[in-house]
Amino acid sequence: MVTFDIKKLNVWFDSTQALKSVTMQILPNEILSIIGPSNSGKTTFLRMLNRLNDLNTRFKMNGDVLFDGQDIRKVDVELLRRKVGMVFALPLPLPLSIFDNVAYGMKMAGVNNRKRLAQVVENALKQAYLWEEVKDRMGESAFKLSGGQQQRLCIARTLAVEPEVILFDEPCSGLDPISTAKIEDAMVKLKEKYTIVLVTNNVKQAARVGDRTAFFLNGELIELDKTEKIFTVPQDNRTDGYIRGKFG
Amino acid sequence: MKRNPHRTQNIAFFFLLLATLLIVVPVGLIVVIIIQKGFPAINWQFLSDMPRQGMRAGGIFPAIVGTIYLVAGAIIFALPIGLLAAIYLSEYSRDNPLNRIIKLAIVNLAGVPSVVYGLFGLALFVIFFKFGASILSGSLTLGIMILPIVITTSREALESVPQSFREVSLSLGASKWQTIRHIVLPNAIPGILTGTILGLGRAAGETAPILFTVAAFYLPQLPKSIFDQAMALPYHLYVISTQVPNVDEKIRYGTAFVLLALVLFMNLMAIIIRTKFRKKKKW
Amino acid sequence: MRKFKEFIIEKLILVCGIASIFFVVLIFLFLLKEGLAVFNIVGPFNFLFGKSWYPISDPPQLGILPLILGSLLVTLGAAIISIPIGVGCAIYIAEVAPLKIKEILKAGIELLAAIPSVVLGFIGMVTLVPIVKNVFHLPTGLTALSGSIMLAFMAMPTIVSIAEDALYSIPKTYKEGALALGATHWQTIWRVMLPAASSGILAAIMLGIGRVIGETMAVMMITGNAAVIPNSILAPVRTLTATIAAEMGEAVVGSEHYFALFAIGIVLFVISFAINVTADLFLHKKQ
Repeated sequence: MVTFDIKKLNVWFDSTQALKSVTMQILPNEILSIIGPSNSGKTTFLRMLNRLNDLNTRFKMNGDVLFDGQDIRKVDVELLRRKVGMVFALPLPLPLSIFDNVAYGMKMAGVNNRKRLAQVVENALKQAYLWEEVKDRMGESAFKLSGGQQQRLCIARTLAVEPEVILFDEPCSGLDPISTAKIEDAMVKLKEKYTIVLVTNNVKQAARVGDRTAFFLNGELIELDKTEKIFTVPQDNRTDGYIRGKFG
Repeated sequence: MKRNPHRTQNIAFFFLLLATLLIVVPVGLIVVIIIQKGFPAINWQFLSDMPRQGMRAGGIFPAIVGTIYLVAGAIIFALPIGLLAAIYLSEYSRDNPLNRIIKLAIVNLAGVPSVVYGLFGLALFVIFFKFGASILSGSLTLGIMILPIVITTSREALESVPQSFREVSLSLGASKWQTIRHIVLPNAIPGILTGTILGLGRAAGETAPILFTVAAFYLPQLPKSIFDQAMALPYHLYVISTQVPNVDEKIRYGTAFVLLALVLFMNLMAIIIRTKFRKKKKW
Repeated sequence: MRKFKEFIIEKLILVCGIASIFFVVLIFLFLLKEGLAVFNIVGPFNFLFGKSWYPISDPPQLGILPLILGSLLVTLGAAIISIPIGVGCAIYIAEVAPLKIKEILKAGIELLAAIPSVVLGFIGMVTLVPIVKNVFHLPTGLTALSGSIMLAFMAMPTIVSIAEDALYSIPKTYKEGALALGATHWQTIWRVMLPAASSGILAAIMLGIGRVIGETMAVMMITGNAAVIPNSILAPVRTLTATIAAEMGEAVVGSEHYFALFAIGIVLFVISFAINVTADLFLHKKQ
């Protein structure tokens, strides 16, 4: 069984091709790291999985992306996005209270029962290791939290809608090492319940948390293998060059 | 002798300053004159009394009430349509010919001379729909006139909400409309309010669109329904300054003062809301 | 259920989105509906270039040339006054004024834009008109010149704000490049900034003039309203807009006079349409 099955995926923004015939699978309960220099198509790939690229008016694609065996273009997009959550590069709390940030997805899905919401919010915050820090200030604006706390809030917010997959788009790019470590801990813990796709600029982060690692370059998938293989015996010398810091 | 570039610059800047003063000083003078001569005319009686003796005495109460009705009617019509149109432009439209045509239509709507709005209101509302010269006809005419202001300012307000908020909301499974309703709109409210108030100010000050659609020359009573004619401040000022001889100067200046104060107050509100909002923006 | 509600709302949004197009077309159609009938009585050429406007004589003479010339004269005068002052002020605000003063000046310009035209007309009547009368020893100060001066003030806010935008949106590198080559600030403005902003400034001027042509109340109050072909800027004139505003109240619905006033509305609509479309082209050229 595979979570995502991607076949010969091509993506363009106007006439610029962002992804070139990418074929790969994402397996349940793994952390798949995606590395590569900027503009290699990592983020575009990630945003394919929850159809966020649809927002871009210049976006065109062909090929197939199957989620649990279904073509993502044919499933209800709101349902897809609930099942495939996303944590963005920068902490992006919504301009709401801490509680409402976490409850947002549930509320939009039609859950109005306050008790149920409170329970879900608490669970999500606990899974993101944030509960103890915010349990007494749930009504405050989410912007009052520190950067690291905000990012964990964003993780909690994603967990609250009970997804199957969580996409992380360079989630630690703006954070200090301690906050980064907390988030990496959370990710490793989360993999028991969720499938995780992690796009990162930080090669060491991929080495630390990834079960498998994919290397993208100029819109192409160069190599995908077990993380320790990628980092010890890469098949392609471009992969080798990148992880040794020769470019990118 | 070679020209000294710094002297040229000083001369040029002097003329630029002069041009600026030529605008700003008269504006200041206009406001000062109207305050100086109009303010003494203001008292409770002037504001709350009916005009008497063919508008040569008494107050301007029905004109104030008429203007309030007209402005309220205009905004009731223009705000929903304008706001939804702004939502369309900011959230739904794509970069295509239709979008271009809509934007061009808005520009043109903003540029149609006010007296042409008056003709249009006369032809459509007064005659075609048989509303007669009435508050309803006048409000609708003013409403269409201020539509471009409401659309343009609301659209700017909506577009200033960061795209990332929309992405976050959508990524959590919210629908497009839920995203607009719960995330985009609440954060655009100050800007929308600014646009609404500017529209109100414009509607309150315009004369030509109401000339043939609602304005009553001399009607010392309050309108009873939206199908009644009404007096209005700008038209009243026009009438007592050009159509009625021997009106006491105090009444003219007083009316001008009330109208100007009303319009400037609204604009000031709009500016205050805008700056306050800019300062405490959360993102 | 929620999906259905959202479907309805989104359709409503689309409808309102195209409402502007609908209203522009509706305005034009109703002007045509009420105005075209005049051409049964007088040919388009004689309507536009007829020298006499006696709408209530029998038979009515419906030539609007005096009104067109009246509008042109007043507009030309207003343009001559407002363009240099307006563009000069825009440059001052965009380039010369210190930041604090800049904000105050901008607020002042917004203030001017907000003053209702009937108030400006009133102020013109009580201050400007007597001055014009005394300075030029005229029988009346209600002249094209008075109208031009007052209208110049109505055009200036438009000119200043759009021209200032155009100057502001020039990439900083242009300016820095010129200054780095040793040009003075003024040389940079004159040789680099103004040419770079020219299409935006042109659009500003056109929209300012558009505002002047369409302006009604102030002109009606201070230009004297004589519907004859003007021979001097110191003579009373009657503009297209003032004619509609002053006469529609008395015109009998369905009469030749009524049709003719709507036909003037068509002329005004077409002029403003042409100006706005052209200005829009200029504004989008730079992007």
